[in-house]
Amino acid sequence: MNARSEFIDYGPEAIILAGLTGRNWRLADYVARGGYEALKKILTEKTPPQAIIAELKKSALRGRGGAGFPTGLKWSFVPQQYSGDKYLVCNSDEGEPGTFKDRDILRYNPHVLIEGMAIAAYAMGCRRGYNYIHGEIWDTYERCEEALEEAYQARYLCDNILGSGFSFHLYNQHGFGAYICGEETALLESLEGKKGLPRYKPPFPASYGLYGKPTTINNTETFAAVPWIINRGGEAFLNLGRPNNGGTKIFSVSGDVERPGNAKLLEMAGGMRAGRKLKACIPGGSSMPVLPGEAMMQTDMDYDSIAKAGSMLGSGGVIVMDETRCMVRSLLRVSYFYFEESCGQCTPCREGTGWLWRVLNRIEHGEGRNGDLELLTSVSDNIAGRTICALGDAAALPVKSFIKHFRDEFQYHIDHKRCLVPDYV
Amino acid sequence: MLSPDSLKRIDREIAKYPAGRAQSAVIAALAIAQDEKGWLSTETIDFVASYLSLPSILVYEVATFYEMYNMRPVGNKITICTNLPCALHGAAQAAVHLKQSLGIDFDETTADGSFTLKQGECFGACGDAPVLLVDNKRLCSWMSNDKIDELIAELRAKAN
Ligand SMILES: Cc1cc2nc3c(=O)[nH]c(=O)nc-3n(C[C@H](O)[C@H](O)[C@H](O)COP(=O)(O)O)c2cc1C
Ligand code: SF4
Ligand code: FES
Repeated sequence: MNARSEFIDYGPEAIILAGLTGRNWRLADYVARGGYEALKKILTEKTPPQAIIAELKKSALRGRGGAGFPTGLKWSFVPQQYSGDKYLVCNSDEGEPGTFKDRDILRYNPHVLIEGMAIAAYAMGCRRGYNYIHGEIWDTYERCEEALEEAYQARYLCDNILGSGFSFHLYNQHGFGAYICGEETALLESLEGKKGLPRYKPPFPASYGLYGKPTTINNTETFAAVPWIINRGGEAFLNLGRPNNGGTKIFSVSGDVERPGNAKLLEMAGGMRAGRKLKACIPGGSSMPVLPGEAMMQTDMDYDSIAKAGSMLGSGGVIVMDETRCMVRSLLRVSYFYFEESCGQCTPCREGTGWLWRVLNRIEHGEGRNGDLELLTSVSDNIAGRTICALGDAAALPVKSFIKHFRDEFQYHIDHKRCLVPDYV
Repeated sequence: MLSPDSLKRIDREIAKYPAGRAQSAVIAALAIAQDEKGWLSTETIDFVASYLSLPSILVYEVATFYEMYNMRPVGNKITICTNLPCALHGAAQAAVHLKQSLGIDFDETTADGSFTLKQGECFGACGDAPVLLVDNKRLCSWMSNDKIDELIAELRAKAN
């Protein structure tokens, strides 16, 4: 493994992370980069909230948390006339295996998130917001606390911000080790101080969210794109990307590459480790279907192209596996994760994830039976689409896609009681 | 009972929420209690419940739901992420090295009570693999075997 320094330069095109050095995260640095100009602009020009939402729609920004839902459309669901409390929530509970971009936004450029949330709050009339941060990245949480303190002192967060009459207060909350709290309604439960059990939907958070009030939840990277859109316009953001896929998207590249990191393409991750061949790739975090190497090399990395290739961009966590990797063992680890993190509310997910893991475990350990692949497929089919939240689908999709693309390898395990790639570590 | 300092920290957390929503501070309050006591005994949980004016059972539910609370005494807790992206990039070997060095398996504590080893799920820091977390707060990145040895030696020295 090669040694590496902590900070990777993202290059000028990474709009959310451009100009960063790893040390220039403070308010003064952000302001020197043109930070808080977008917030000042809408507050001094008294831009109508509807105009901001229209700009977001024009930008074709799609949520960066996994589902790719159009952000402008989501914002338009919040009842503008509602006079009671409305909340804004940022989902920084990044824990989707293979995804590690939000942590870099939070620790290297926390004020871009604060500004993005303040603009969003203005557009939807929210006076209070929470940023829910994954529990395992404690030093990042502490940095976000410091950044908030700076923003309060500079009065970018307060009552009557910059004399505009608009008030917004933002707070950080940390999680404490539960992947399921990344699901938006589980996150709301957790913010209320409860177990993170996903809620039945409808009602959706836009009408019944935190404390039962209208709430908008977006991912960290989604909010972080907002200041740029306000400064340069939705049209310019749209032009950075592809039709229907506005802007740039951060990819986290992990696994069998020389330098795992956040990059735009595989080359920036240093290429395949030790010059090996690409065998398989999960393009959107471990919840998404796997693609064989050849298919992966032929596709563009945007939501629609990846969908055409048979997978999903999800959170942009690209997990790379080279020719020395066993697909049974890889899937086994992924299945263990969903088994471990299922909240247990729905029978298909609670029982099914355990079942998938046990069957894969016996295949991996030379005790696979004929019919096990059909069993795995049928258990997966009985989970997908029958649960309260999408974790059930997330557990089923990888299983079906691994078997589809690497069926021979699974069958070899069952027939020969051993692995095709025995050197797998 | 918790120290005045811990109570001050808990009060700061309660102040983040609207009036009457102190329950929202329970996750942080339990973490603060754990910082002070090392683990969450029934007594500690009851105290947190009464401090937030909540039924004990509610707080107990939260304590058992979230993975990072210690429901029994632990040593220096080392949690290594072994999820697929990390496993592919050195975490599988790092986990073997940790087990051998400490002479324990996952979810075990050394006989002298000084170390507890845990297998963790994605920290959202896969680019840092192998990555481990010491006592929930300190994230250690790119942990080669040498760096693991250094870390263990450092924690041992601190304990003595
Ligand atoms: C099991 C599960 C885990 C999730 N984890 C995350 C997460 O860590 N971060 C995130 O932003 N969204 C996560 N999501 C998606 C959220 O529910 C939600 O769609 C997202 O935060 C919306 O923000 P966006 O529109 O900006 O993408 C998860 C969903 C599920 C079902
Ligand atoms: S699908 Fe699984 S994780 Fe989601 S609510 Fe049901 S049991 Fe919980
Ligand atoms: S998989 Fe290990 S930190 Fe993400």
